[in-house]
Amino acid sequence: MIGAQLPALQVVIPLLAAPLCLLLYRPFATWLLTVVTSAATLVISTLLLTQVLDSGPIDYTFGGWAAPFGIAYRIDLVNAYVLLIVSAISTVVSVFARLSVAAEIEASNQGIFYTAWLLCLTGLLGIAITGDAFNLFVFLEISSLSSYVLIAMGQDRRALTASYQYLIMGTIGATFILIGVGLLYALTGTLNMADLAERLPAVADTRTARAGFAFLTVGIALKIALFPLHLWLPNAYAYAPSAVSAFLAATATKVAVYALLRFLFSVFGESFSLETMPLAHGLAVLGSVAVLFASLVAIFQHNIKRMLAYSSVAQIGYLTLGISFVSELGLSATILHLFNHALMKGALFLALGCIAWRIGSARLGDFQGLGYRMPWTMGVFLIGGLSLIGIPTTAGFISKWYLVLAALEKGWWPVLVVIVIGSLLAVVYIWRVVEIAYLGKRLEEAPSGEAPLSMLLPACLLALANIYFGIHTELSVGVAHEAAKALFGGL
Amino acid sequence: MNDNPVLRIVAKIIIPMILIFGLYVQFHGDFGPGGGFQAGVIFATGFILYGLVFGTDALRSAIPAPILRIVIAGGLLLYVGVGVATLLMGSDFLAYNVLGSTPSGGQHLGIFLVELGVGVTVSAVMITVFLGFAGRNDP
Repeated sequence: MIGAQLPALQVVIPLLAAPLCLLLYRPFATWLLTVVTSAATLVISTLLLTQVLDSGPIDYTFGGWAAPFGIAYRIDLVNAYVLLIVSAISTVVSVFARLSVAAEIEASNQGIFYTAWLLCLTGLLGIAITGDAFNLFVFLEISSLSSYVLIAMGQDRRALTASYQYLIMGTIGATFILIGVGLLYALTGTLNMADLAERLPAVADTRTARAGFAFLTVGIALKIALFPLHLWLPNAYAYAPSAVSAFLAATATKVAVYALLRFLFSVFGESFSLETMPLAHGLAVLGSVAVLFASLVAIFQHNIKRMLAYSSVAQIGYLTLGISFVSELGLSATILHLFNHALMKGALFLALGCIAWRIGSARLGDFQGLGYRMPWTMGVFLIGGLSLIGIPTTAGFISKWYLVLAALEKGWWPVLVVIVIGSLLAVVYIWRVVEIAYLGKRLEEAPSGEAPLSMLLPACLLALANIYFGIHTELSVGVAHEAAKALFGGL
Repeated sequence: MNDNPVLRIVAKIIIPMILIFGLYVQFHGDFGPGGGFQAGVIFATGFILYGLVFGTDALRSAIPAPILRIVIAGGLLLYVGVGVATLLMGSDFLAYNVLGSTPSGGQHLGIFLVELGVGVTVSAVMITVFLGFAGRNDP
């Protein structure tokens, strides 16, 4: 009986835990509740993924109102995969968060911090699980509003302006998405995604459908920080508390990319969205520029968190390049990179969180001799960096490999060159950190010593995952392939 | 504005009516226009008027911040709690039919409780937002 209710519980458990957090309010109790809740969502998403692998997509209707009239959840391989990424990252990072948050946020605000965390988790899981276009917008707002709160809690005063900038841009994006959904509703009279997919082809050749499509795409592009709509992201990630940077960098943009995939492939269908509308070439150009431009900007950053944030913009470029190939191989590269990028950015930002805990800064100048002062933490950073570059035996290599294969299959040589140059630029910006940390002056009086185990172990776990999924690719590649096939086959 | 007798007396007369009207919109939502969200906002305007006329300190002592926090959480908990109750009674999330002896009675009770949760949370949030802006320079 409980098995049939898993889709609802996936979202309800964190939603129930959030107000409980507000009632508990004590830092330790709220942290514990957050970890337990995240772990519970991880268990549920694992069960859901195995259930989908065994017996195909799961449908769930709310309140006994059958789709398309009520709100329905529909879980296929793509959702289940994204749910697993989000819940796993939330679990690992929330374990890390206790000491990091204790050091960076006042005790009186920590209750609100964990409440916002759980609401953000609710929203992200909700976006990934729902089969209803309007419900997706609601969850997007839940996750966005709570992430504005999370970012504003950063130590630096600039966190407030960064959060405000994100608030303005995010709200514009959400409004565009709402207008897009509204136009589709006006056209078809339904909000259920499967139902929309059935009714849209008949009315696809209308201005309303094209306008709705354009609003949706631009709105979601703002949310995924696709170049040139990425301006909110670097500051937001740079000034947020360390744990929040790790959590959001590894999940928020991934979920938005999932939403884009869902609308492009499942709702509109790839022939309309990528061939009738000239989106494939647009995505290819914007993706390429994002890779080159953001990697180049990353090289000149002095704040390492900001550098990684720009690197995230570049990685989003790779994700959209994968979509622009309009092939099963390209799509599976995108879905695979969602997973691998969450692992590498998670590891990198957690390593930075450990460093911030010890030396209280993320400035490159303070990294002198850090390779000897915090060997394990820098080891994690190094593995994450290698994975970001795409060195063989790391997870990053696997996703680059599939991207290159997809580009070759299509015969798009310029894109291939872009991918290679992007990787070389990543070598440069990772090397700058490595050079200072390992070859720089060893400062005698500088603070040294590892971060506590509760922070170091989650970071090491993600670093190991980078290597594990660089060698054992059955789960990541296997599911990504099947998911891409399912997306291409329509809903 | 505490020293202006006209405002003070009018506010004292009007505030109970605002609150009653808020409750009317809340509980009459089944049969006419209304519902939890609107009712919550109307109910909160009574408190906001009180804060405007008698000062935010008076409003704060009428509803201390910890209580507001509990009310905000309580409304959402009531909403989700109804859903969990239907789950525990062996039906889908928020399938109200199982709540009452007859399906329509269950729907009635379910919607009533859920809307009450919405109203409670919305009014507490509105008051918190007002206090957040009005008391910006207070510690």
